[in-house]
Amino acid sequence: MNTIISKITIAALLSGFSLFAVAGEMNDASTGNAKENKIEIKDFAFNPQNITVKSGEKITWINKDEEPHTVVSVGKQFKKSPGLDTDQTYTIVAGAPGTYSYFCSVHPKMTGTIVVKQ
Amino acid sequence: MSDYISHDREHDGIDRRGFLKCMAWAGTGVLWTISGGVLASKTLAEVAKAGSSLPKASDLSFLQISDSHIGFNKAANKDVTETFKIALDRINAMPTPPSFLIHTGDISQLSKPEEFDTFDQILKSCRTKDVFYVPGEHDVINDGGKMYRERYLKNVQGKGSGWYSFNKNGVHFVGLVNVLDLQAGGLGQLGDDQLEWLEDDVKGLGADTPIVVFAHIPLWSVYPKWGWGTSDSERALGYLKRFGSVTVLNGHIHQVLQKVEGNVTFHTAMSTAFPQAAPGDAPSPGPLTVPAEKLRSMLGLTSVQYKQGKTALAVVDSTLS
Repeated sequence: MNTIISKITIAALLSGFSLFAVAGEMNDASTGNAKENKIEIKDFAFNPQNITVKSGEKITWINKDEEPHTVVSVGKQFKKSPGLDTDQTYTIVAGAPGTYSYFCSVHPKMTGTIVVKQ
Repeated sequence: MSDYISHDREHDGIDRRGFLKCMAWAGTGVLWTISGGVLASKTLAEVAKAGSSLPKASDLSFLQISDSHIGFNKAANKDVTETFKIALDRINAMPTPPSFLIHTGDISQLSKPEEFDTFDQILKSCRTKDVFYVPGEHDVINDGGKMYRERYLKNVQGKGSGWYSFNKNGVHFVGLVNVLDLQAGGLGQLGDDQLEWLEDDVKGLGADTPIVVFAHIPLWSVYPKWGWGTSDSERALGYLKRFGSVTVLNGHIHQVLQKVEGNVTFHTAMSTAFPQAAPGDAPSPGPLTVPAEKLRSMLGLTSVQYKQGKTALAVVDSTLS
C-alpha cells in the first residue's frame, strides 16, 4: 500500500498535481529514522494547531482526551485516521510541499494545519 | 428546590424559582428566551410514589434516552452499562409504561460492533420494545454511519443518511441526522437533501398537528464554540413555523437545557453515561468527572406526554439518583 501511495504521489507530482501529497502511513518500518513531529490532542484541540514539517518526515497525533477524536484531511488529501481512543496514535508521512488543513470529524470545531516544506 | 425542569404551557402553575435555578445552573453562556412558557417540577420517582401527578388520561407518552456511550470506561463513569441498566429499570418501574422510546444518539463510544451488541443486549430488559433512533457522532465514526443504519434504521426505512418520520396518536414525529458530512470548523449539519425532504414531509400536514423533531446535536445555538448547535437548523425550523406546537428533542450536551421560542420548545436530555460541563464552564466539552455519590444525580432520562386537545407537550426530566 505504501508503494502504491508513493507511486501515486510521484505520478501526481510529475503531472503537476499535489493529490495525495501527504501519504497515509501506518507502518514505521519503511520510513527508517525520519524525524517525527508530534501533535497532541488535548482539551478538544490540536497542539500545535499549525505545524511546519519537511517532506518525508513523520507526523504523529496522540489523543490525550477521554473523548475519541479523528484526523481528517480537508479535501481528502491524506488518509483519514480511525477513531482514536485515549492514548491512541496516528502517523502519516509528509509528502509533497504544500499546506494541508485537517479537522476532527467527530468535533469539527477542532482544526489544524500542516505546512510541508521541501 | 428540585433540580428538574419541565414545562406544560397548558397548566397554571409557574415555577419561577425552579426556572431561575435552572438558569443559574446553565451558566452565563446561554441565552434563555421564554415566551408563554410555564415550568413545573416533577420527578419520575415522585410520580411513582404519588401515582397521579402526571396526566392520567394521557393519550400518548414516550420516553427519551440519550448518550449511552457504551464502551466508555474512564473516570467520569467506569460502568456506563450499569447506569444504562438503571435507566431502563426506571422505565420498567413506571406505573404506565411509555408507548415507545426515542434514543437521541451516541449509543456507542467508538462505533464498535461490540458496543452496539452490548447496548442491544441490555435493551432487551426494557418492557417497552418500540425504539426510534437517530445517530450521534460517536455512532458514525469510521463508516459514515453504515453500520448504524443497518442496525437501527432498517425498520423505519430511513432516507438518505437515515432521516425519517412517523405518526403516533395524531402527533407527527421527525427523526433527523445532523452528525454526518460535517465540515471543518463547522457545527452539526442537516444538509440540503434532508432539508428538502423535511419541507416536503410536513407540507401536507395541518397547522394543528403537533410536531416532535428529534436529532442528536441541538437544533438551536446552545454554545457554538463547543460545537453545540446545527449550522442549518434555522432553515429546518422555518418549515415548521406555521405549526402550533413543535417540540425539539436533542441529546449531545449531557445536561438539561430548555428554550421556548414562540410555539417551539427546545429541550436537551441528560446522558445515561456521564455529565458534561455547563457551556463555557470547562476548558472543553469532554466528560465531566464528579464525586461518585453525585454522578447519578447528573444522569437521567426524559418523559414526554401528549394529551389530545392540549397544545404543548409536557416534558419531564428525571435523574437516576
